[in-house]
Amino acid sequence: MPGGWSPVAELSYREAVRDALSRAMREDDDVFVMGEDIAEMGGSMGVTQGMLDEFGPERVRNTPISEMAIVGAGIGAAIQGMRPVVEIMYEDFTTLAMEQIVNQAAKHRYMSGGQIKVPLTIRTQGGAGWSPGAQHAQQLEAWFVHVPGLKVVFASTPTDVRGLLWSAIYDDNPVLFFEHRTLYPIKEEVPDELEPIALGQARVHREGENVTVVATGRLVHEALQAAEQAEQEGVSVEVVDPRTLQPLDEATLVGSVKKTNRCVVAHEAITRMGFGAEIAAVVQEQAFDWLDAPIERVGAKFVPLPFAPVMEQFVVPHAEDVLAAIRKMVGRDGG
Amino acid sequence: MENRKTRRGSLSQARLRDFYREMLLIRRFEEKVEERFRAGELPGFLHVAIGQEAVAVGVCQAMADGDVFASTHRAHGHALARGTHPNAVMAELYGKAEGCSHGYGGSMHLYDLERGFLGANAVVGGGLPAITGAALAFKLRGEARVAVAFFGDGATNIGTFHESLNLAQLWGVPAVFVCENNHYAESTPAQQQLPIEDLAKRAVAFGMHSITVDGQDVEAVYRAASRALEHARSGKGPVFLLCQTYRLVGHYVGDPQVYRPKGELQELRESEDPLDKLRASLELGDDEADAVDREVEELVEGSVDFAKAGTDPKPDDALKNVYA
Repeated sequence: MPGGWSPVAELSYREAVRDALSRAMREDDDVFVMGEDIAEMGGSMGVTQGMLDEFGPERVRNTPISEMAIVGAGIGAAIQGMRPVVEIMYEDFTTLAMEQIVNQAAKHRYMSGGQIKVPLTIRTQGGAGWSPGAQHAQQLEAWFVHVPGLKVVFASTPTDVRGLLWSAIYDDNPVLFFEHRTLYPIKEEVPDELEPIALGQARVHREGENVTVVATGRLVHEALQAAEQAEQEGVSVEVVDPRTLQPLDEATLVGSVKKTNRCVVAHEAITRMGFGAEIAAVVQEQAFDWLDAPIERVGAKFVPLPFAPVMEQFVVPHAEDVLAAIRKMVGRDGG
Repeated sequence: MENRKTRRGSLSQARLRDFYREMLLIRRFEEKVEERFRAGELPGFLHVAIGQEAVAVGVCQAMADGDVFASTHRAHGHALARGTHPNAVMAELYGKAEGCSHGYGGSMHLYDLERGFLGANAVVGGGLPAITGAALAFKLRGEARVAVAFFGDGATNIGTFHESLNLAQLWGVPAVFVCENNHYAESTPAQQQLPIEDLAKRAVAFGMHSITVDGQDVEAVYRAASRALEHARSGKGPVFLLCQTYRLVGHYVGDPQVYRPKGELQELRESEDPLDKLRASLELGDDEADAVDREVEELVEGSVDFAKAGTDPKPDDALKNVYA
């Protein structure tokens, strides 16, 4: 809509993913989806529900339980110029396709000296909060940002997930596209027109003066809650979601820290050796002289995800953990 | 097994002479590569395909324009047989910008997209899933093209083989899976890595059409590959083409081959050399043979000269081609 947004519908994060897929498939015969249980069942998270009826079984392809072949077949179709979107049911199962993702998808372009393009999108989801145990909820995005040749997206809102998925599909590189299970039901008004969101652009969710919280996925929402509480305590918090982890919008993150002079990094993934460590390194390399306190990291403890709800709750971070980090940070320099 | 005894009719002498020239080119190229490697001129490490030339030439000659293929760590022969110029392959082995992967790949990562070469692969079985995917793309787009995977007997033990063949057969995509059974997975002989003797049973388990052929007989390979490609191209589904072949050298250049029974290599070189076998059925006078030899020698020598005169990439060219 020229002249601005025209909110016509409230879409859930789940529906927003489906909307991006469906629009791309309506416009472009080269886009198709494949994965386990995605046709009649509509995916184990219900994301592709109804798409079989609209697009048929050739373009909404149920696959065997074969993660290597799912990703690898996506690579082969992508090299031929199609734009496949493959679904890996849980992030945990990307481990089964790691060779194809890391050695093949990520490196064909490089090893060929620039001859090959792999415009493949690999959608997957994870996240704790519902006692799935140790093999159905890991947050593994840090594994993939370590691999040159891959792009990595982690969207936290319906608007973002829709606009980013569109850009991922139309990117000429392999993109790991992370969704968070507990975000699927959250709703938001979105414009009728799908506005692509360029990969590599962070989003400032909330402006603030005293502390920057760089958060991804579910922790964006936890950070926003923590920011509300901090506001009541007189601390003004800026919340920034990188949205794309690779390439990373360093300028926006660093710019925010230069303004607030304090930085907390928050993600659900394990803190140790995590994505937050890289953010901390980037910030201290580019804004050391602006920092008034050591960078704080908020993330999961260094254990597999436990089953019992009380243990799971203890292991992964929540709004109060982000708030504690904010308080510690402003307390440190007397703020 | 299909071989010269089961064959009816014969290809023209002109065609067979072409095959001979192509096979000889691979043989001489590989010998030159061994020589230059031992002289310390080639970085990295190398696997040559001496003994397996008939598979490369028989299959690649049967392929059509527009067909694509993926190869293995032992890929020089496939690249040459499908028409990549020896200069471009040799320049890649020397790490030059003029190489078929512009110095980014090396021996185990040869590519030539223009000729449908989707990449050699240093991971055993690594290229198979993408061949199923390329064939899926051809099917979805209604294109009469076939995707071909080369791999060895060792790869039939890895998960990608089983997942790729299962998916290809399930979806009926136009793919041909060419198993070059050279009877060793690197150093490990069949009896230590395969619980069955007949590898075609693995394809049969997926309900896939399979053809077994004497991989040292280029004419038999060509005919079998032609039928396999036609089967796939006409929409009848993928084919498993099992080529029984022999590696008449070590796994890598410099391999002492301590794992071979005494005398095996000598015996195989005398009885299973695909060039000798073809030469025996070829009406080729000594003068003509000498002429082919000279032509091939010149090409190979020329490729070394070309490669040595090639351009070294700039160190920071390493930062290019990561993303499209």
